[in-house]
Amino acid sequence: MSAAAAEHDRAECRGDDATHWPRVPVGLVTTLGVMAGGDNSIEVEGLVREFKKGPRAVDGIDLRVEPGEIYGFLGPNGAGKSTTVLMLTTLLPPTAGTARVAGFDVVKEGPSVRRTIGAALQEAALDPMLTGREHLRLQAALQGIARDERRAREQELLARVGLSEAADRKVKGYSGGMKRRLDLALALVHRPRVLFLDEPTTGLDPQSRSALWEEVGRLARDEGVTVFLTTQYLEEADVLADRVGIIHRGRIVAEGTPSALKADVGRSTVEAIPAEEDERARVAEILLRFGDPTQASPKGVAVQLANSNGSLADVVRALDEAKLAIANIQLHAPTLDDVFLAKTGTSLEGAAEDDEQDSDAE
Amino acid sequence: MNGRGLSVTLGLAHRQMTLLIKNPSLLFPPMLFPLMNFLAFAGGLSRLRHVPGFNYPGGYTAFQFVFVLLQSAAFGGVFMGFGIARDFENGFARRLLVAAPHRSGLIAGYWLGAVFRWSLVATMLTIVALIAGMPIGGSGVDIFGLYALALLVNLVGILWAAGIAMRFRTVQAGPLMQTPVFMLLFLAPVYVPLALLQGWIHTLASVNPYTLLLEEGRGLLAGTPLHTASAFLIAFGLVGFFLVWSLRGLRIAERAG
Amino acid sequence: MTLLLNQIGRIAWRSVIRTARQPAAVIPPLTFPLMLMAVNSNGLRAATHLPGFPTKSFLDFFLPFSFIQGALFAATTAGTDLARDVDTGFLNRLALTPMRGAALLLGELGGAVALGALQAFVYLGVGLAFGVHFVTGIGGMATLLLLAILIALGWAAIGVLLALRAGSGEKVQSQFPLLFFLVFISSMNLPRNLIEVSWFRDLATINPVSYLIEGLRTLIIEGWNAQALALGFGVAILMVLGALGGASIALRQRMERT
Repeated sequence: MSAAAAEHDRAECRGDDATHWPRVPVGLVTTLGVMAGGDNSIEVEGLVREFKKGPRAVDGIDLRVEPGEIYGFLGPNGAGKSTTVLMLTTLLPPTAGTARVAGFDVVKEGPSVRRTIGAALQEAALDPMLTGREHLRLQAALQGIARDERRAREQELLARVGLSEAADRKVKGYSGGMKRRLDLALALVHRPRVLFLDEPTTGLDPQSRSALWEEVGRLARDEGVTVFLTTQYLEEADVLADRVGIIHRGRIVAEGTPSALKADVGRSTVEAIPAEEDERARVAEILLRFGDPTQASPKGVAVQLANSNGSLADVVRALDEAKLAIANIQLHAPTLDDVFLAKTGTSLEGAAEDDEQDSDAE
Repeated sequence: MNGRGLSVTLGLAHRQMTLLIKNPSLLFPPMLFPLMNFLAFAGGLSRLRHVPGFNYPGGYTAFQFVFVLLQSAAFGGVFMGFGIARDFENGFARRLLVAAPHRSGLIAGYWLGAVFRWSLVATMLTIVALIAGMPIGGSGVDIFGLYALALLVNLVGILWAAGIAMRFRTVQAGPLMQTPVFMLLFLAPVYVPLALLQGWIHTLASVNPYTLLLEEGRGLLAGTPLHTASAFLIAFGLVGFFLVWSLRGLRIAERAG
Repeated sequence: MTLLLNQIGRIAWRSVIRTARQPAAVIPPLTFPLMLMAVNSNGLRAATHLPGFPTKSFLDFFLPFSFIQGALFAATTAGTDLARDVDTGFLNRLALTPMRGAALLLGELGGAVALGALQAFVYLGVGLAFGVHFVTGIGGMATLLLLAILIALGWAAIGVLLALRAGSGEKVQSQFPLLFFLVFISSMNLPRNLIEVSWFRDLATINPVSYLIEGLRTLIIEGWNAQALALGFGVAILMVLGALGGASIALRQRMERT
C-alpha cells in the first residue's frame, strides 16, 4: 500500500477529514459510557520476561502510550508481542522492569489494573456452546455490573458490533469475524479506559478486518480509549496506529508515527514512463531536478526525491509544463517493511519464520 | 489389490503406527481397559468357578482371558473408527480420498493400523495372564485358532466402526460406534457359562452370534474345541457383511465430498 | 459475599448450560451405567448362589456401582471441559475479571454435581422400578442420594484438579483410566470376604472406592451399619476436601495474576 493510500485509510478509520479535526480530549467523552477521566496511559520501563526454557521473550522494553492513542505493536510471530500484552494485562508477572497501566502498577496493583482494562487476547476464547448474548451476560455478571444495567449494556454492545441478530445463536456457528467482534464486545462490557487487542484481525477476511478497524478507530476517537494493539500486518499498523513500536526478538527496534518511521529509513521514489520512448532523456532531465537518479524499469526513469513524498505534485506539474506525455507515473513510498528491514536486516515475513524456530514463548 | 492400492494401504498403516508410537495417550487407554477388565474379572470374580454347574476345564483366569482378548480385539477396531472420524473432521481424510487411486485400500490401511495396536495389547494381556498362572490346555494349532478368531473380531470391529465413521464423519458418532459393540459383547456368557445364565439374558445370549465365538475361543484355549468350523464360518460371515457395510459407508463419504 | 455468590451462580449456570447442550456429554454418563447394571445384574446373578453372598438379588448388590461409575463419567466431562477452557484461553478471559478463584472452583463443580444428582435420581428410580428393595426404607434412600451426591462432588473435584494441572482435554482423558482402575480393583462385583484371590482382596481392602461402594450398598441390603456409613461418608468427605485443596493450589498457579 502506498503512503498516500495508508494515510487515507487511517483518516477514514479515525473519522478525520483533510483538515485533521482536533482529537476529543480524554475526560470529556462520556457519551457512550466508556469510563472517562483518570490517567489512561501505559508506561513501560525495562520490561523483561524470561521463560525457563528458551531465550528472553521480552528483553527490556521501554514505551509510553498516551491517553486516547492507538499504539501499534508490530512484529513477527515469536517477537514478544503477546508476552508483553500478557504482562501488561497482569496475566503474566514480569521477570524485571516496571509497567503502569492507567496509572496502576501491573505487579503491585493487579486488581486495579484489571478493573480499568479490557482485553481481547490472541485466541478469541469463547465457549462454543454458549450464545453471544449469554457470553455478554456472564461477562457482565463477573465484572460486577448491576443487574438492571446489564440488559441495556448487552443490547448496546451487540448493536455496536453488529451481532444483534446473531445474539441468540451458539458461538460454534459464528464465523471468525463474528467471534472477533464478540470478543471485542466482551472486552468492552465494563467500560474500560485502556484496551488491549492481541492480533485482533489475524485470519479475518478483508471486510471483517476493515469493520474491526473502524470500530477500534471509533473507540479511540469518540470515547478516548487508549488502544494497545499487536499485529503482524504492516497494513494494519499503518492504517490504524497513531504510533508504531516495532518489536524484534524481544526488543523494540524502532518507534514513532508510521510516516516518521518511513521517512526515517529513506526517501520516496518517483518513476515516470514516457508515452514516447524518444522523450526519455527529456523526462530524465526534468526528474533530476527533484532528486538523485535511481534504478527504474527498462522503459522508465526514476529518481529518489529530495523532500520525501510531498514533491510528487511538483514533478507532475513540471512534466506538464514541459508538455511531456507520460504513460505512467508512480510514487514508491517506503513501507513499514522497509523500516523493519532497515532496523533488523530482515523482512517481516522472513523474520516470522526465523523467530518461530527460535522461540516458543508466544 | 494392485501395487498402487497396496501402497495406499501400507502408507496409511505406516501413518497410523507412527501416530501411535508418537502419542502414547492413544495407546494407553486401549491397553489399560482390557487389563483392568482382566484383573477385575479374573481376580475379583474367580470364586464364581465354585458356582454349581460351572464346568469350564481351563479355570476362571482362562475363562476371562478369552473374553477380554476378544473384547480388546473388538474395541481395538472401534477405537480406530474414532481415528477415522477424526480424520474426516480435520480434513485429512479428504486428502486421502483425493490421493488414493483405490479408496477401498484406505479401509485396509486403517485395519492394519488397528491390528498393530491390538497386537501390542494382546501381547501384554497374554504376558499378564501367563504370569497370573493361566493354564493353556490347547495345542499350538488351537492357540493359533484362538488368535485368528480374535483377529477376525478385530476386523469386524473396525469394519463396523469405519462404516459409522464414514457415514457421520464426526467423532461425536463415537457412542454410536461403541455402544452396540459393548452390548453385543456383554449380552453373552461373560462371567459364567451360557448354561448358568437365566432369564432374558440367557435368551439373548443364546441367539447372539458372538456367544459362539466366545465359547469356541474358550474351548480352543482349554483344548476342548467343539464347533471351530461354525465359529470361523460366523466370523467370516460377519466380516463379509460388515465389509459391504463399510464400503457403502466409503461411497457415502465420497459422495459427501 | 453477594458478589461471590453471584459469581458462583454464574459459573455454575454456564457449566450446566454447557453440559446440557452437549448430548454426548450427558447421555453416555447416564445410560452406560444403566446398561452395565442391566447386563451385570443378570449376567452375575449366579454369584448369589455362592455361600455367604449377602442378598438374593444381584441388582440390589450392584446398584451402588452405578452411582460411582456415573459420577466418574460426569467428572470426566467436567474435567475435560475445564481443561478446554485452559487450553482455549477462556480461563484467561475469566482471570481478567474480578472473579474470585473460589467462584470458579465451586461454580465448575456445580455443573458436575447437578449432572451427578440427576444421575443419582435416575439410577435410584430405575433400580426401584426393577425391584430394588431398600432395607433402610425412605430414610435410607435419602441418605444414599446424599452420599451419592457427595461422591459426585468428590469425583468432580478430582476432575477439576486434573484439568487444572494438565491444561489439556486429551491429557485429562488419558488420566481418567487410572481412576477407573481404582473402581475396578474394588468390591464392586463381590463382597470383599468372597474375593478369592488374596492380592485382589488386599487391594480392594486398601482401595477407598470399596468403602464408597460399601457405604451405599449397606443402605440397600444390610441396614444402618454405622461403620460402613462412617467409612463411606468419611472417604467421600476426605476426597472432596483433598481434591478441592489440591485444585485450589493448582488454580492459583494456573490463574497466576499479579
